[in-house]
Formats: sequence, C-alpha cells, structure tokens
Amino acid sequence: MAETRIPVAKTYKIYLGGKFPRTESGRYFPLNAADGTVIANMCRGSRKDFRNSVVAARSAFAGWSASTAYLRGQILYRIAEMLEGRNEQFVSELVLQGISKRKAVKEVEASIDRLIYYAGWSDKYQQIFSSVNPVSSSHFNFSVLEPTGVVGILAPENSSLLGLVSNIAPVIVGGNTCVVLASESLPLCAISFAEVLHASDVPGGVVNLLTGFKDELRDQFASHMDVNAVVFCDGDAEISKIIQEKAADNVKHVISRRDQDWSSEMSQNPYLISETQETKTTWHPIGS
Amino acid sequence: MSTDSTKLAFNDGWQYAPAPESTDHIQIDDHYGLFINGEFVAPEIDRYFESINPATEKPLSNIALASEKDVDRAVKAARKAYTGVWSKMSGADRGKYLFRIARIMQERAREFATIESLDGGKPIRESRDIDIPLAAAHFFYYAGWADKLEYAFPARTPVSLGVVGQIIPWNFPLLMAAWKIAPALACGNTVVLKPAETTSLTAMKLAEVFRDAGLPPGVVNIVTGAGPTGAAIVNHLDVNKVAFTGSTEVGKIIQRSLAGTDKKYTLELGGKAANIIFADAAIDEAVEGIVNGIFFNQGHVCCAGSRLLVQESVADEVVRKLRDRMETLIIGDPLDKNTDIGAINSAGQLETIESYLSIGQAEGAEMYQSDCSVPDQGYWCRPTIFTGVSQSNRIVQEEIFGPVLAIQTFRTLEEGLTKANNTPYGLSGGVWTDKGSKVFKMTQKIRAGVIWANTFNKFDPTSPFGGYKESGVGREGGMHGLGAYLKLEA
Repeated sequence: MAETRIPVAKTYKIYLGGKFPRTESGRYFPLNAADGTVIANMCRGSRKDFRNSVVAARSAFAGWSASTAYLRGQILYRIAEMLEGRNEQFVSELVLQGISKRKAVKEVEASIDRLIYYAGWSDKYQQIFSSVNPVSSSHFNFSVLEPTGVVGILAPENSSLLGLVSNIAPVIVGGNTCVVLASESLPLCAISFAEVLHASDVPGGVVNLLTGFKDELRDQFASHMDVNAVVFCDGDAEISKIIQEKAADNVKHVISRRDQDWSSEMSQNPYLISETQETKTTWHPIGS
Repeated sequence: MSTDSTKLAFNDGWQYAPAPESTDHIQIDDHYGLFINGEFVAPEIDRYFESINPATEKPLSNIALASEKDVDRAVKAARKAYTGVWSKMSGADRGKYLFRIARIMQERAREFATIESLDGGKPIRESRDIDIPLAAAHFFYYAGWADKLEYAFPARTPVSLGVVGQIIPWNFPLLMAAWKIAPALACGNTVVLKPAETTSLTAMKLAEVFRDAGLPPGVVNIVTGAGPTGAAIVNHLDVNKVAFTGSTEVGKIIQRSLAGTDKKYTLELGGKAANIIFADAAIDEAVEGIVNGIFFNQGHVCCAGSRLLVQESVADEVVRKLRDRMETLIIGDPLDKNTDIGAINSAGQLETIESYLSIGQAEGAEMYQSDCSVPDQGYWCRPTIFTGVSQSNRIVQEEIFGPVLAIQTFRTLEEGLTKANNTPYGLSGGVWTDKGSKVFKMTQKIRAGVIWANTFNKFDPTSPFGGYKESGVGREGGMHGLGAYLKLEA
C-alpha cells in the first residue's frame, strides 16, 4: 500500500524590486479557507515595505518608460503566455479562495485575454491620442502621451486575478511603474501572478506587489510624495474622500474605479491607459 | 555705467521718444456689478473693492465683491441656462455664438488691449500682440469644435458636464478667461467665472461682448471678488466641474476641498521651468530666448523660464551677453509702445518678489539687476539674475512669479537633465541646441507638459497646455482640452 505523499505547501511572500522578500516587519495574517483551515500565512506588508516599493518603482521607471512600445507589447504578451502555462495553478488558487471551478476557469481565461488585449495596444494608443497641432506661427508643434510615473494601485477586493490584471496592464503598457496592494481577502493569485511577471522579462521594480491590510496602507498610497497617481477600486464615500484629500499633498492624479464589473468588455479600453498618461506638447521653429 | 554693458543700446546714443497708447477711446465705469443671467446686477451686500492701475497706484474702478449668496445666484442662473437652453442647443448653433464672440473681440481688440495694460500693468505691446489676439483665437478655435466633438473621442459619445466653475489668475486676465470659457461652452456647459481680484476689468468688458453677441442669459456668469468668492464657487453643491489656474498652494487647497465630491477638476498650477542652453546652441538666439522666457510679462508667467541651465563652456559668454541685453530693456509705462517690462501686478506681488531677492542673497547667490531707471509711482522690479546658486536654494526650487532668473551651470547632458527635473514642478521647459538628436533626447526626458526647443513662451489655441507633477492635472487648449469639459459615454 502506497503511502500518501505529503504535499509541499507554498510560502507566499511579497514582490519588491524584482525579488521575493518577506515583509520587513515580520508580520503575517492567516488566510483561512471556508472551513476555517489555514491556507497560508500571508505577509502583512508594512508602510516601510510600501516606501521601499516606491523606491524600486522609481528606479525602474527610467528604463521601463524608455523601452520601446514594441518591447512592452512583447513583454505583456509574454505575461499572457506564462499565465496560460500556469492556468491550472491559478484555477486551483481561485477555487481554494472559494469560487466555483467554472467561474475560476472563466476568470483565468479572461485575465489572459486581457493581457493580450493591452499587449496589442502598446504601439497604438499613442497614435490614437497624439496630435500634430496646426499653430498659427512658424513652428512644428506636436503632442504625445508620456507615462505619468509611479502609480499606486489598490487592487479590487472582490476580483483576485482579473481585477488585478485589469488594473496593472493599462498602467505598465503605458510605461509607468507601479506598487500594488493585492486584494486583502483574496491575495493568493496576486503573489503567484508576481511569479508570472518575474518569469516574463518584466524588469524588476516595474511591478511591486504587496499583501496586507488596506486600512493600514491606504493612506500611504494616497499621500506618498513620490507617487504620481493613485488608482483605487473599493471603499465607501468616506474612504474615497480621504484618498483624494491626501492625494492633494503632491497633486496626484486620483483615479477611482469603484463598482467596476471587471468581467465586462467595458473594463478594457485605451482610455484606461490614457488615465495614467501625461500629454506633452513640444514646439520647434521651422526655419533655416 | 560701463561701456560694455551699454553697447547694445548704442552707448545711450539713441533715445526713445515716448509712444504711449491713448486712452481716450476706452471707457471704464466707476462701478461694476456682477454679470449674472445676462445682466449687470448689484451685489447682494453693497460692497465694492478698488481695482488700481499698478503703474500709477491710482484707482481705475470699483468692483463688486460677490458673496456666497451672489455666487449661488450665478450658479442658479447657469443651471437654468444649462437645462433650459444651452444643453438643448445644437453644437452648430453653440459654435455660431462662439464665432460671434470671437469676432466682436477682434473688433474691440484695441480697447481690450488698452484696458488690460492699464489694469494689469503689462506692456501694451504684449496685450496688443499676444493676449487679446490669442483670446479671440481661442473662441474661434473652439467655436469650430462645438459640432464636431464626437470626432475627438473614438468609440465614445461625449456628453457635457453641466455647470462649470472657473477661477482664473491675474497674469493673463482676458486670455485666461477665453482659455476657460471657450472650450466649456463649445462642449455644451454653462459657466460661472471669477476673475482675479486685481484684474477684473477686461472680464467685465468680456461680459459686454457676451451680451452684445446675444449669448443666452445665464450661459456665462461672471462674479468678482477674492479667495472667499472663489471658495464659494468651488464648494457650491450644484457645480459639476472646477477649472482653476493659479498657484500650486491654492491648487492643493482646491483639490482637497473637492475630495469626496463627484466634481471633475482641472488644475493649471505653478512652474519653475528650466531653460537649458547647450554649448552648440545659437547663442545670440538663445539669449533672446532667455530674455523672453523670464522677462515676458514681468515674469508673471507660470511657464516662465525662471531657471537658466547653461553648459559650463559657454556660461561666461551667455551670462555676459544676457547682462548686455538686459541693459537694453526698457522698464516703465505699460501703455508706452517702447516698454519691454511693465509694472508688477500688485503691491502684494512686489513684496513677494522682493522677499525672494533677499532670500537669494541670504542664500549666498550673487544678484545682478539691470541699471535702468524705474518710475517713482507704481510697482516695479528691475530685470534680475542670480548666479552662484545651487539646486537646493529656494530661488531654484520655488516659484517667484517675477522677473528673476536663477542661473546654474552643467557639464554633461545628464547633469543638465537631472537639474532640470529636480523640482516638484513640471509645467514647461526649454532646450537650445543646434543638434536635432539632442533636441529630441532632451524634449523627451524633461518631465514637463510643454517643451520649447529653440524657442520659448509660445502659445496657441490648438496647442495643449498643462503640467506634470505638482504643476497640475489635465490639459487646456487643443483637442486634448476638450476632455476637461466632457464625460465620455460608451
């Protein structure tokens, strides 16, 4: 009679600057299954982890924003490929977190397709949103989009993978780097997704993923002086107000994506890319 | 006075005869009420404040001080005009009104220019050749958009927002009014606008234009006053969008007070632009660009080139030529067509500028001011440059909003770039080089919304304007400027 093999449990850590450290705080929070058993001890990310992530994201910004649109498109496509290859792992994590197999399969497929959707936009959104401006003087004048910089993303609470992917993809395809706080109650996929990113030639620091408590970290996302935009997907009117108030400290862009149905086709469009872009206008004389 | 520093002025060999613009063709009323629902009305409380001529310190007129109740009246009029008339009107018809407004502004251009210079202190050459023609051009540009909005947003239906509250600064009073009002109306919104308290007059004249153009009552309402009047607009519950141009400090207050509301906002805030001169630039042209960058409109320009970054090998030459050129600048009567630099807009602003002159010297920088005479009456500041400044100096990091230039040097392109980007601001920037590839490298790497290469301080209605970082949120002007006044539906 064969012995039952003892499975190897996975340790979920955070993703910071292209590495998988534990939270510097040494704190954790248990993630429980429906029956009360502990699925994993998640890192309870700290403010210091967040600040370190912003430093990593800022360092990565120069390189990532200067990479070609073609390369960014290829890398996004590569993320989709890697996710496809790990399809079953994500389905089982989603099921572990409490949704049906059927729904889980759908969510993973939609996430892969969403990445491909944005991969395709990488070298096209510029052409949609840029302009040559016919000024009434002897100048050549044009406006193009540039990434706004470091983006803080408070990922949607109710959509473990699809909501996460739907918010990261438009931000990074446009050349921004980001710090993401995963869903607090459904955090497993986020860390596994970080492994996918890591295996997809996404440079370290472009995406930094934390797990932890929204109530503890939200204010940091909104107030940090080296973050250029904050995206949030949950919270009542009061929370929304606090985020916007703190964002004013350095005139951040505040992007509210509350009550969004991430499975809808409406949740993917190039306007979501443009929300974390700046328009730059350049003038040059025409003469001899 | 040394021969060197006056040689561009032909060693005082040539004198300029005064060439003042006449004021007999303009009329300024003794009192101005508020423009609400298509007519000039008295404020609810009988309070007025003086608008003075900063070049003489003499009062020009008395302007109504709008209370919260007055603002409420204006918003109600705007709402009524929105639901009753303007939102139902076809884009083509809205456009016709805007075209009409543009035409009347062109007809009255000389009057507008004269009043602008009287009230704000800017040289008549600038108000005549830049402010007023550009203001009319903004109406003309956005008039044509009114019936073409759906072409600007692929796969979306653009929808107007409702009542828009707009607060504008004193540096380009009429131009800022046009900049704000034209796109708002083209997109189908109605407006409550507050001009800056030191420069209300051309806004009141613009109200006459709206009236004469037959613009339906309430489509644009103009309330005058200071900060509290502006706050009443921002905080009014029936305002759907706020557009503000002004300081970063006030911009942050506005962004905070809009927290928790569904109001959209655009903020055009301060700047501390680097004007970067490479050794391979056409130096004489660059010097003109530096002068235009910092001394245009007395330096009361959010996108002014208030930091000069000059490559070390040409630094001495550039500074010498700049000083020579500064000596030729004529400071004085804004209405005189010879004047290069007019009056500082207000006593308060002069105080701010002077405090920075002290700060700069206390920080150890060397100050140089041109030798020109200034009138006895009025608010004046000589063209000023600081050398020997370092990146952390307050005169490098903070917006002064006056004719004060901080000069730094750099050796490599990377050093220049790092210094250029090392402030909280990101509104504009300038690059001077004859090498095309360097132009594009620099214009791509400067983190700012408007970049001038081998030119500076150029503006056009078709050209989007707005800042990165703490210089603001959103764009105004051009096709991109439409987005600020619309919501996009699927």
